[in-house]
Order: sequence, then C-alpha cells, then structure tokens
Amino acid sequence: MNLIYDLLSSALPFSWADYIFMVNAFIAVLLIAPLMGILGTMAVNNKMAFFSDALGHSAFTGIALGVLLGIKNEMISLVAFGVFLALIITRVKNKGNTSSDTVISVFSSTSIAVGLLVLSYGGSFSKYSSYLVGDILSVTETEILSLFITLIVVIIIWSLIYNKLLVISVNRELAASRGIKTAVYENIFVIVVAVVVMMSIKWVGILLINSLLILPAAAARNIAKNSRQYLLSSVIISIVCGVSGLLISFYGDTSAGATIVTVSAVVFFTTYIFRKNK
Amino acid sequence: MASENGCGLCKIKVDNIGVKKGGEVLLSAVSFHLHCGELTALIGVNGAGKTTLVKSILGEIHHEGTVSYESHDGEKINNITIGYVPQHLDFDRSAPISVEDFLLVGRTNSPVCFFKNKKIKKEVDNALGMVGCKDLKHRKLGSLSGGELQRVMLANALYPLPELLLLDEPVSGVDAAGSEKFYEVIKDLKQNYHMAIAMVSHDLGIVRDFADNVVLINKSVLKSGNARSVFNSPEFKSSFYSLAEGEAE
Repeated sequence: MNLIYDLLSSALPFSWADYIFMVNAFIAVLLIAPLMGILGTMAVNNKMAFFSDALGHSAFTGIALGVLLGIKNEMISLVAFGVFLALIITRVKNKGNTSSDTVISVFSSTSIAVGLLVLSYGGSFSKYSSYLVGDILSVTETEILSLFITLIVVIIIWSLIYNKLLVISVNRELAASRGIKTAVYENIFVIVVAVVVMMSIKWVGILLINSLLILPAAAARNIAKNSRQYLLSSVIISIVCGVSGLLISFYGDTSAGATIVTVSAVVFFTTYIFRKNK
Repeated sequence: MASENGCGLCKIKVDNIGVKKGGEVLLSAVSFHLHCGELTALIGVNGAGKTTLVKSILGEIHHEGTVSYESHDGEKINNITIGYVPQHLDFDRSAPISVEDFLLVGRTNSPVCFFKNKKIKKEVDNALGMVGCKDLKHRKLGSLSGGELQRVMLANALYPLPELLLLDEPVSGVDAAGSEKFYEVIKDLKQNYHMAIAMVSHDLGIVRDFADNVVLINKSVLKSGNARSVFNSPEFKSSFYSLAEGEAE
C-alpha cells in the first residue's frame, strides 16, 4: 500500500494528493466506478433501475438487522439482507401476478420503514444518518483491498455469465427456448448487484448509490451501437465522472457523492442531446 | 414426396402428442411425420391447438407422446435439435446490441464484450449469408425492419444446425417484400440443407405455394397430405368454411 501511495503522490503532483484520505478516496473511486459501470449496463438492459433503487433503500433494514442481532460488522448484515431482498423481489417479480413496479415499491417502502423504525428507537437515528449520503473520504486501506478483490471477482463472474445475460436481456422466452436457465443467471446477477451495492453504500450513500449504477450506463446507451461500445463507454463515463466529481468536491468543498452524481447527470443529458441530434 | 437432395428418407416422428390442461383436452393423439428437405405447414382455426403443438414439440409444456428423429439408416434419436423462430420477438429496441453480438452470444460462452473468437465470427458471417443478411452485421438489432429481424432470428435458429426448423407464423405483420424474401430463404434452406421444416401459418396462399405437406389440426389431426388434397377435403371446408371461399380457391 505504501508503494502505491508513493507512486500516486509522484504521479499526481497536485495538492490534494498530499492528503492520505484523498488518495484513499481516489483509489476507492477507481475501484467502485468500474464496478458500477459494468453492472449498470445489464441493470439498465434488464430495466432494473427501480429494483436497484429499492435495494439501496433496503440498506436501512440491513443495518437495523445488524443492530438487533448484535452483529459488530454491519457490512455482514447489510450484504446478507441485500442478497435476501434481491432474490425475493426477483422471485415475486417473475411470478408475474402483480406488476413489477408495484412489487418493488412495496418492498422498498417496507424496508425503509422497518429500518427507520428500528434505528430511530430511543432517538438514536443520527448515528446512522451518515449512511444517507455516505462519505467516501472515510474509506480505509482494508476496505480498499476488499473493494479490489470484489472488482476482480465481479469481472470473473461477469465474463462467465455475460453472454447468457445478454440473450436473457433481449428476450426471456427466446433464452429459455435455447436451453438457458434464465432464473439461475438472473439470480446470480442480482446477487452480485446486491453485494456490490451494499459494499459501496457506506461511501456513496443510500440516496445516491442508484444514480451511480444507472447514470453511466444510461449515458452509454445513448451513444453505443453494440455491446462492446456499451460496456466500454459505461465504464469510461463512470470513471471519468467519479474522478472529476471527487476532485471538484475537494476544491469546491462539496459532498463527494453528490458531486459525482451531478457530473454523471450532466454527462447523461449531454449524450442524450447528442443522440437526439443524430 | 421425395426431395431433390435424396434425403427424403430421414424423418421426424411426432407420435401421439396429447395435452390436457385443467381437465380440458387441448390436443389428443396428434401424430404425423416431418421429412427432411420438406416444408410441412401446420394449419387450423384459432384455438385449434397449433401453439400448444409448437410448445409440445419444443418441450416447453408437459405432454404425452414423443418427438423423435429417425435417420435414413434407421438410427433413432430422441433428443432432437430444434431451431425455433418465434412469431414476434418482443424486445427493447433501444438496447445497444448489434446483429453480430446477438448471433455470437448464442454460439459461444466467451464474453462478446471483451473478445470475439475469429472462427465463430466467421460462422456468424456464414449464417448471415445463408439468410441473405450479410450487410446487417453491424446494425443495431432494434433498428432492423420486421422482415430483416425475422431473417436474423432464422440465422440464430440455424445454430446448432437443427434437425427440425420450427416456424411459428414467422412473417405475420411483415410487409409483402419482406415476407417474400423470408420464404425465398426458407426455400433455399429446405433444398440445400436437408432440413425438415414445420411452419404454423394462417396464410393459406403461402401454404399453397410453399408447403410440400399440409397438416390440418383441430385438437387432433383432421387431414394431412399435399396442399391440394387437404384444401379440397371436406374436413378443410368445414374448418375454414368462411375462409375457404375467399383464400384457398
């Protein structure tokens, strides 16, 4: 890690690079951004923007569960509850009796309410309010390492299931008629999304996590013609927005997460206009 | 009816297919043979069970009876490869997927967003050539016309090379030129690739022009044979009474 710091401080001759917390945040963004950029492409393809929003909101209940069960590391209860909820929503959605946005909305509001109810017990909610907007500047070395491992694992899983997911995203019945076990691949994907969203929520915040997942992919969709361009531009947009947002927030003294999302939104609208003019 | 390529000996046996749903009989004892190099049209009125039959052949719903393949030397295969072209593919037309991507993902597991295998790319080129869509390779799937999309779906159904090509009203809603081009491709496949083709169709004019055999269905097989004999049969007239006056004659 020291080697990386030395390298970065000599490679980045800027005043912000003198602060360890900024260098940590910088590395964390370089890891979180591609994660979001990659997973976002499929989330948008499969019309899961609302789903991932609900997933983010459920973090309240995840933390609350951890508190109730006395789990010291809240990450464990966060991830576990996220995965659980992701699988449940997917299952109920695929049963197909109720319209999926209603199902997701019910789960979303329930998990916010239950989470707030438990966390606000005894007036202690302020302790957890940092989760609302997150704080990327608080990321530690160990957390960076775990993000790095997550990125590697996600890329491996992604490579293994990408083609199947792409067929499913075109048409489920077509995928099924070609012998693809649609439920299995869909579940693997929502589990990965749940894990990544929950791992990042501490630094990005419950309110903003979904924008980070959806905006780069949505912007990439405006300009891409094939799946390689789509993935590549989504990852590049995600990284560029992440890094520039972080630096703007440093010099402008604003919230890092909010600045990153604002930059992403500007990129989205720019590509949107560009698409319309084509 | 033997075909020009001499492969009229191998056949697909649809044997005694029966489907019940909630006590209601949807299909009972449906049996017919599909020969290589021949196009068999499955016709029947709405609600006759054509779609149920397609789903049974695809193995998507629970059914009695079997679908098996018998090669020219009598070898029998129970698990046949079926290429299926759905009636209408409902998908997100704004999705950034090229025609090449779409055909590649059906043929390989190596993620097309990272690398494209040269050999398989060539196979895709060939498949697109077979359906007359070579120049569509880099187009976005969502930008294709109805007829182009159905031919791309056909290219998709041709891998792995199927013993049976199953078409479910493949050009309903496609314009005349697109539909004609589609049938040209089907005719070419039938003659050059020894494929057995089964097609559900409402368009009796097309059936008369292109089908080697016709199977008339209503819960069970009412009549089968060549188009002329089926169209002239009393079973056909009682099924399609109102249609028979206008279209078939």
